[in-house]
Formats: sequence, C-alpha cells, structure tokens
Amino acid sequence: MTQQQTKDTGGRDRQATPMPTDMNARELARWTWRQVTSMRTALVLLLLLALAAIPGSIVPQEDVDSIGASRWRDAHPKLTPVYEKLDLFSVYDSPWFSAIYILLMISLVGCIVPRTLVYWRALRSRPPAAPRNLARLPEHAAYTTTDDPGDVVTRAAAELKRRRYRVVVGEDSVSAEKGYLREAGNLVFHLSVLVVLVGFALGGMFGYKGGVIVVVGSGFSNDLTQYDDFVPGSLFKGEDLEPFSFTVKDFEVDWLTEGPRAGMARKFVSTLDYQESPDSETKTYDLRVNHPLTIGSTDIFLIGHGYAPVITVKDGKGDVTYSGPTIFLPTDQTFQSFGVVPARFAKPKQIGLEGEFYPTFALGDGLPRSSFGDLVNPLLSMLVYTGDLGTGDSVYVLDKTDATPVLKANGQPFRLDMRPGDEIDLPDGLGSVSFDGIERWNKIQISRTPGKLVALAGVVMALVGLLGSLFIRPRRVWVRTRRSESGETVVDIGALDRSNGGDPERGELELAGIMETMQKTGEDAT
Amino acid sequence: MSNASWEALSNQAVAACGVVYFLALLAHLVQWAGLRRLAADETVTTGRTAMAGRLGVLLTVIAVGIHAVALLGRGMAADPNRVPWGNMYEFTLAGTFFVALLYLLFLRRFALEWMGPLVVALVLSLLMLAVVWLYEPVAPLTEALYSYWLVIHVVSAVIATGAFTLGGICSVLYLLKERSKADRGYLARVPELASLDRISYRMHAFGFPVWTFAVLITGPIWAHQAWSSYWNWDPKEVWAFITWVVYAAYLHARATAGWKGRNAAIVALVGLATLWFNFIGINFFSSSSQHSYAAPVTPAVVRIDPAPSEAPL
Ligand code: HEM
Repeated sequence: MTQQQTKDTGGRDRQATPMPTDMNARELARWTWRQVTSMRTALVLLLLLALAAIPGSIVPQEDVDSIGASRWRDAHPKLTPVYEKLDLFSVYDSPWFSAIYILLMISLVGCIVPRTLVYWRALRSRPPAAPRNLARLPEHAAYTTTDDPGDVVTRAAAELKRRRYRVVVGEDSVSAEKGYLREAGNLVFHLSVLVVLVGFALGGMFGYKGGVIVVVGSGFSNDLTQYDDFVPGSLFKGEDLEPFSFTVKDFEVDWLTEGPRAGMARKFVSTLDYQESPDSETKTYDLRVNHPLTIGSTDIFLIGHGYAPVITVKDGKGDVTYSGPTIFLPTDQTFQSFGVVPARFAKPKQIGLEGEFYPTFALGDGLPRSSFGDLVNPLLSMLVYTGDLGTGDSVYVLDKTDATPVLKANGQPFRLDMRPGDEIDLPDGLGSVSFDGIERWNKIQISRTPGKLVALAGVVMALVGLLGSLFIRPRRVWVRTRRSESGETVVDIGALDRSNGGDPERGELELAGIMETMQKTGEDAT
Repeated sequence: MSNASWEALSNQAVAACGVVYFLALLAHLVQWAGLRRLAADETVTTGRTAMAGRLGVLLTVIAVGIHAVALLGRGMAADPNRVPWGNMYEFTLAGTFFVALLYLLFLRRFALEWMGPLVVALVLSLLMLAVVWLYEPVAPLTEALYSYWLVIHVVSAVIATGAFTLGGICSVLYLLKERSKADRGYLARVPELASLDRISYRMHAFGFPVWTFAVLITGPIWAHQAWSSYWNWDPKEVWAFITWVVYAAYLHARATAGWKGRNAAIVALVGLATLWFNFIGINFFSSSSQHSYAAPVTPAVVRIDPAPSEAPL
C-alpha cells in the first residue's frame, strides 16, 4: 500500500507497532498477522517464490523429465540422497515450495479482504472536501476573473462532470474525484491470482494424464488397464474415466527430402474412428499436432509415432510362439529404433531377440545407421538370446541376466539381418524368425484437466484487472473561489494524482484544459 | 519472387539496416559530442548539433523500415510462408526490431531523444551477434509451431521484451546518474532521476500486461494444444514465470514508498536479467526444455517434434 493510501484507510501506522517482545499473546497474534499481510512481506515472498523456482529448472524434474532425473541420479550418487531430502527432483510440489506460495496466498487474502471493505466504503463516500491551501498541491493553477463566484462554481462542476468526475458542489468550492475503478482493478487482479490457483489445484487433484502406444489399425478403449503409463491426480477415481473408444484407422507423414530441414517429418495425420460411449455412433477425426480431439472433458493428443516391425518366431518344434507387430522405440531423428522380442513359450528353449530397426539402412563410417526416417531401405538387425528371460517387467527391455547369446560356429554372436519378407533359421534347432512386414504406431496422450477453464478465466480476469490497476488514473480535483480585496473573484484549482506512475505532463494538461474551459465559458457568459 | 530471392533480400536488408543503424549511431555521437560542450540545462534547436540529432532519428526511422523488410523477407522465404520467428536468429531479428520500433513510437510521448544512441548501439550490436553467431538458413517450422498461437504468443513476448529492455535502459541510467556528480556530458543531460524512474515505470507498466498475456495466457493455451498440458514446469516456462514474478515484485516495489527509485531499479534489472537469461541461457544450459534449440537428447519415445530448432518461447 502506498503511504497515501495507508493514511486514507485509517492510518494503520506500522512504524508505531510495538516490538514482539513486549506483547501478550493476542497482540503477538495481531502483530504476526500484520507482518504476514504487510506489503513488504508480500514483496519478499514474491522474490522468494522466484528464487525457489530456479532449482527446478536446473535439476531435472521427476514429473517433467523422468529419464533425465534418473540419469542425473546415476551420474551423481553422492549428491542424490541430499537432493532427495531437499525434494530437488520435484521442486514444484515440495513442502518448501508450497510453503512459500501458501504464505503468499494467506498474505494475499489478508490483503484483499480489508482492502475490499475499505474500497466498498470509499465507493459510497463523497469526494473529500477541498484542502485549505490548494496552492500546496502538486498540481495547481489560479486565475482572477470578474465573474460571480457562484457562476464559477457551477461552471467548474459542469466541466468536471463532463470529464467524468464524481462531483460534490459546496458553497464556494467543488470537490471532484475519478478513477475509482483502479482500485477495483487491483482487487480483481489479486483475487484472480487465487482463482488461477484454484483452477490449477483442481487439475492436480481431479485430473489425469495417461499415454498409450497404439499400432495403426488397432484400437483403444478408455480403461485403466489399457494405458501404458497413467498419472492420476491425488483425488482421481478410476470410474471418472469417460467410456469412449477409438481405432487408429490410418496414419500419414510427410517427409521433407530437400532443403535445410531435409529428413524432418511434417504433417502427421492420424485418422481416428471414435465412439463417445459404447452405444453412440462412430465418428471420424483427423488427429494432428495442435489439433487434439476433445471427447466430453477429455482431450486426446497425437504426440509421437514410430515403427512396429511384424515379427514371427517359430520354436524348435515348428510352433508359432510369437507373432505380431512389435513396437520399436525411436532413438533419434532418423527413426533408428530399438526393440525386443521375448518368446517365453518357445520349446525346447526360450528365444529372445534384441536389436535395431533401420527405416533407411545405410553404412556411415562403417557403422550401421539409418539415414532417413521414412521406409526407403528398411532393415531389421537383431541379436538372439536363449535361456531364462525372466518375467519381463518392461516390454521394451530384454532381461538377459539368465540368458546367453546365441553364437555362430566361429564364436561370433549370431545376428539376424532381415529385410521384410525374410525368414531365417536359428542355429542349434532353436527355431526360426521371420520379418513379415512393417506397421506403424502412434503415441497417444490422453488427459483430463478439470479446472483449466477456471485457470484461464482467472488469468484473463487478472489481465483485465491489471490493465485497470495500471492504467486507470485516480485523480482528485478541487476548485475554490474567493473574493479578493479589489472585488474580483480568485479561482484556485488544485489536483492530486493518486496513480502510481503519475504523469505530470498529462495532469498539467488536464488542469490547463479545465481552466481554459472555465475561462472561456466565463467569457461566453458575459 | 522465389523463396531463394526472398531469403537473399532478407540477408541484404539485414546488412543494409545494420549500416543505416551505424550511421544513425554516428549522427547521435556527433550530436552528443556537440552537447558535451554545453551546460546541461542548455538546449540547442538549430545548428550542427541539433541537425545531427534529427538526422540520427531520421536514420533510425529508415533503418527500422529496412529492418521490417528483413523480417518480411524471412517470412516470405519459407515454404509455406510463416511468421519470421522460428529460430534464435529470427527471434533476435524480431526482438531488436521491436526495441527500435517501440523507441520510435514512444519517442515523442516520453521525450526519449536522449535514449537514441543507447538504443541504436544496443540494436546494432545485437544484430551483429545474430548475424555472426546465430544465423540459420530459412527452414520450414516443425509441426508443433504451425499454430496461430505461435504468432500471438511470440509477438506479444517479443513486444514485452522490447518494452522491458527500454525500461531496463532507464533503470541502468537511473543507477548511473544517481552516483554521478557530473554537470556536463551525457549523464547530466539524461532526464532527472524522478522522471527516469517514472519513464522506467511506465515502460514496465506497458510491458507487464503484455508479458502476462504472452506467458500466462497464450503460452499455456498453445502448450495445451501442442503438448497436452497447459503448464509443464518446463525450464523455459519456469523462467518466464520467474520473470513475471520479479516484475510483479517491481510493480509492488514501486507502489511502496520506500522502494521507489534505486531499489525498484535494481529489481527491474534483476527482471531484465531473468528475461534475457531465459532467451539465451536456457537454450544452451538446459537439455530438457521442449522449447530447446539445442540438439535434442534421446527421449524414450521420440516426440513428434524432435527437431533441432523450435520456437524460442
Ligand atoms: C501472488 C502474489 C501477488 C502478485 C503476483 C501481485 C502482483 C501485483 C501487481 C502486478 C501489482 C501492480 C498493480 C499496480 O501497480 O497498481 C500489485 C499491486 C498491489 N499489490 Fe500485489 N501481488 C501479489 C500479492 C500481494 C499481496 C500478498 C499483497 C498484500 C500484502 C498485495 C498488495 C498489493 C497492493 C496494495 C497493490 C497496489 C499498490 C498500489 O496502491 O498501487 N499484493 N500487485
């Protein structure tokens, strides 16, 4: 609060507050409350919040970049326990970060409530009476005229009304005030900070975010068991999932083959057939980046894509023990991808495959790599393992702890290098592997963010309030007349700009304008 | 015109506006060399010194015009045509353009003549840095950037950056002038402390709502569409938020009597530091930002846009 306003609101003079040492409990509580809601505390808390946000941008955050976080942990075994104690891997929901913004919110409420009451009273009060000496105001002008003082007062009132002032006419003076909305803007702005926070919290509590990889041609129905990863809000319940389902019918990508961005993919379009509920009609939607599909209050996004080579494994007895599109995860922009095939039911021995898929195979510096993301020269290159493949916690990793690599006669690892259509027999009568074709997959992100419109409304409100608070200029103007000894009328005009940045030139201009009109209308009248 | 010729035009325009900014700087230097010899409260309206000042402004106007052509050329050279802020080179080009443009727009209103040499020197050096270190050939945007929110989001962020930068210049001068006892020369001639403080406040008061709009409204809307979550605590977002909070603190600081002037100027400069760090620093220091220009690290599932260059904001 500015000094000016402190005085206006009943003069809570902070300097005069006694120190905590000589206070009883009640006084101490009041003192504490005053400290918490003081402007200086708000300022310190704001700066503290900025400072506290920094570590989260330096240390990889679990929620944002979990791979980065685990890599960081591996690289810094000594620091990790310390960092974990300090919640540095999840700064933004750590107790100390929350403490700062909760204190700020308390301070905010403590600030808004009393100010709203003061504002309410100010709205209904009349512009204050003219100070004794208008010449001592920051903006002042005076002139002498032969007009009747009563006329001058009437004219001043009319002119100030025309300038949208709220006017009170006294016997020989006029008091005027305008710009009440500035404080309203300020209150709205501060209030909306709370609204945004509520919206944000709603999302955190009742929302969820899940991801699923869907092979093109197959479908998904919105059920917890179908997700690959799922992060629910703290109060989210499984039955809140909306009962929609969709099938990825088709997926198209444009590959740039020339120009500085050659190799980049563009215009991803995934054609979905979807149903809002099991018994509603089927509709079609072209899912693209920046164009999510909204079903009810759930949003569906296309966020990634890749290849799924179709692989069939026959075991030593000639039975098919594994068959189907296998999701390979791209490891770079050329879509060189990594994947595994665990054929755990193969007899007599389990068969595991692990290796790379190259959409456009090439040898660069003697090393195999993919030179382009599109399927120009696809090649699948996998090593073979046998033995106990474990239970398989992840479908993207082969547990080779109790497995051994299958070797060629010369002792080198046995490697399958296959083009679509190839079938290769494994050594030692293990079986055979065939590479039947290539399908594509889409990574679909599904999320519900309740409260997002509350948050949006909050920030829009904040902006509107802010504009009011920054650009509406609260001003008071007084005009007073008196008779001089020679019988003429001396007119004093004074103004007080109560806005923050002030704008002396504009103020002077306005004052001059008021004076000019008054003098002119005075001449017209005579 | 073909894309290649648009690109060539843009490059020539950058070079040309650099030369004209340089001439404007020379004119302002001549002007201020002339003013040095006079007492601080003397003004000149005629003669060589005044001419040089007017010439400086005129040249700046011309340079800003050519600068606009350079931006237009970048946008037209891309296929499909697009807004010219798809990488750091273009962002710097656009940012300096708005600094210079805002200076010209506010020139009369806030009597900013004294700021001429500083603005021109700043714009010129940033342009040179951009050409030498940041240049990239025109390229199509990555998929996530094809959104009209890109246009709105980035243009507002750039405008706010321009305003904050001008406000920051006032704050630096405030701090310098406060310590200087000179009665001649540049510092003696810049406006008195109270008006520096006021101009600075008003630049910030203009920039803050625009920044709010950019990072807290359009940014999240776009993030929601492109990345499925309106606020990700991504490093770029964190720093935009930090900048926002620091400038909110600046406005608070200004509103409390004790923090006017010096302390407010310091908070403003902290804000400016966070703003520039976010633009430049984060791109080089953070690998996890979805906004990153740096070569992407290997994610578990490649995002649809593992592109080497993404939006600066
Ligand atoms: C989330 C925290 C906060 C933010 C982002 C924030 C932001 C702002 C901004 C941007 C302004 C500038 C508007 C203007 O200059 O008129 C402002 C003014 C103001 N704030 Fe806050 N504020 C916060 C918390 C608080 C708290 C906790 C208090 C009370 C202690 C407070 C009291 C005020 C007052 C009284 C003004 C008006 C100053 C004047 O009279 O010009 N604010 N705030």
